[in-house]
Amino acid sequence: MALTEKDVERLSVLARISLTEEEKKAFARQMSSILDSAAVLDELSTDRIEPLIYVLSKYNVMRDDKVRPSLANDEALANAPLKEDAMFKVPRLI
Amino acid sequence: MELYQYTVQEIGEMLARREVTASEVLAASAERIGRVESRIHAFITLTLEEAEKTAKELDARDEIGGLAGIPCGIKDNLCTRGVRTTCASEMLEDFVPPYDATAVKKLKAAGAVMVGKLNMDEFAMGSSTENSGFFPTHNPWDLTRVPGGSSGGAAAAVAAGEVFYALASDTGGSIRQPASFCGVVGMKPTYGRVSRFGLVAFASSLDQVGPITRTVTDCALVMNAICGHDHLDSTSLKVPVPDYTKDLQEGIKGLKIGFPREYFQEGVDRGVRDTIMKALLKFEELGAVVEETSLPHSEYALPTYYIIAPSEASSNLARFDGVRYGYRDGNARDTVEMFSSTRARGFGPEVIRRVMLGTYALSSGYYDAYYLKALKVRRLIKEDFDRAFERYDILASPTTTSTAFRIGEKAQDPLTMYMSDMLTIPVNLAGIPSISIPGGFIDNLPVGLQLMGPPLSEATLLKAAYAFEQATDYHLRTPVLEV
Repeated sequence: MALTEKDVERLSVLARISLTEEEKKAFARQMSSILDSAAVLDELSTDRIEPLIYVLSKYNVMRDDKVRPSLANDEALANAPLKEDAMFKVPRLI
Repeated sequence: MELYQYTVQEIGEMLARREVTASEVLAASAERIGRVESRIHAFITLTLEEAEKTAKELDARDEIGGLAGIPCGIKDNLCTRGVRTTCASEMLEDFVPPYDATAVKKLKAAGAVMVGKLNMDEFAMGSSTENSGFFPTHNPWDLTRVPGGSSGGAAAAVAAGEVFYALASDTGGSIRQPASFCGVVGMKPTYGRVSRFGLVAFASSLDQVGPITRTVTDCALVMNAICGHDHLDSTSLKVPVPDYTKDLQEGIKGLKIGFPREYFQEGVDRGVRDTIMKALLKFEELGAVVEETSLPHSEYALPTYYIIAPSEASSNLARFDGVRYGYRDGNARDTVEMFSSTRARGFGPEVIRRVMLGTYALSSGYYDAYYLKALKVRRLIKEDFDRAFERYDILASPTTTSTAFRIGEKAQDPLTMYMSDMLTIPVNLAGIPSISIPGGFIDNLPVGLQLMGPPLSEATLLKAAYAFEQATDYHLRTPVLEV
């Protein structure tokens, strides 16, 4: 599976990571070789195999819907790069 | 013998008998750190002042026992309240968690004295600690070599005597591989045995917290403190925690040990294979029944892991967007640009590579071919283990394909680096427990012996590891760092 620079560019948009032209080139090459090595999985017939997502717990874990103490607002905001009043602040969206 | 050289067990007993104070023990660790840290570079952050306060408080108590008063280090992807937790990433360089990870909380409740946060590959992605966003850590046995990774700081600090034990995490071998390279003991518990709350998530279905120590008894002592259910981690198991030190001395007469032939094949250095084969003879001498067995899908584990782990990582690391914590590129004009440039600058190359790879494997049109395929093969790998454990109590193998490699040796080619985790990765895919202990030496470099068992068989693994340890002297050797 050879990834092109165009593929890498598309992925970088999906992953929200801006890349330089040089990085796109390098990632296309490195990711292609990693994906090539994964081609070995196609040797295995897995049509009837159930995917294994979690190894031990087969059932959903439920708890009572009760309010429990959590972080205070100022603690939750303490690491924010930018904040205003009791909120995280981001650049304008529209 | 100097204080820093004692084991957790010994120091704990000396503290309990009041032969030393917690402050004296801490001073010994601090002095050792002062003497060797400039060559090892194990710590990202030192917290010696806080540690002194804790030690003084402990000394004022009427009684002291267990882990109380014993200096330890914490891998820098486990949240520590009020102490920055960087994941060795510029993304989190100034992140100060408002809470403790549950495993850290449990250690603190036991009176542990944290002396600092330990270096690692950025976001635990790597096998040499060269991917740290700050600096590489050096192997105490040979400063030109890597300590392994991703918990390289933890293993190096324990091996160099800077701390008595460390808490780390293992997603594909990140505890066991560095433990092997540094000649110490490292355990990856059963998935769910230790709470992952407060462990910065890499691949949530594989991540597990565990100890790095100098002896098997010490490993059992730390396991006693950190295991158990936690309502903050719904994947943690509601299973009682045994006293892991209780059966250590029971012996292994009649224990059935299988060694999977796939773990002794090409790709594993001849010297490593021979060393571990010799270790197997030792198990036979001790009364165990040792037989060759097979885990037929072993060769598929590495590619399976390198689809699943990056997929989960691409989802987990989406949270680093410059909004709630961590680095933000403040020059961006709109929000999407802010996300994209923040992530480009905040993440190092290996992290970006894996996030991109995971994004690809999960993206529309490729999901079935890569992610779903890998999940199916994951089941085959787990079923190999299930079948093996019908016949054997535990399995034994080398932990790594070679001894510690040189700094820079594998840094240029991601795929070659990935190969060094070939023998530890299957365990994470299957969710089973595993321990690496010193199994021999080649040219004065440690070789790790890996033991693997069925879910929740930690006590059996520790018992077998203890029997081997007591019959050998590998754990007594220490690296020479004196100039």
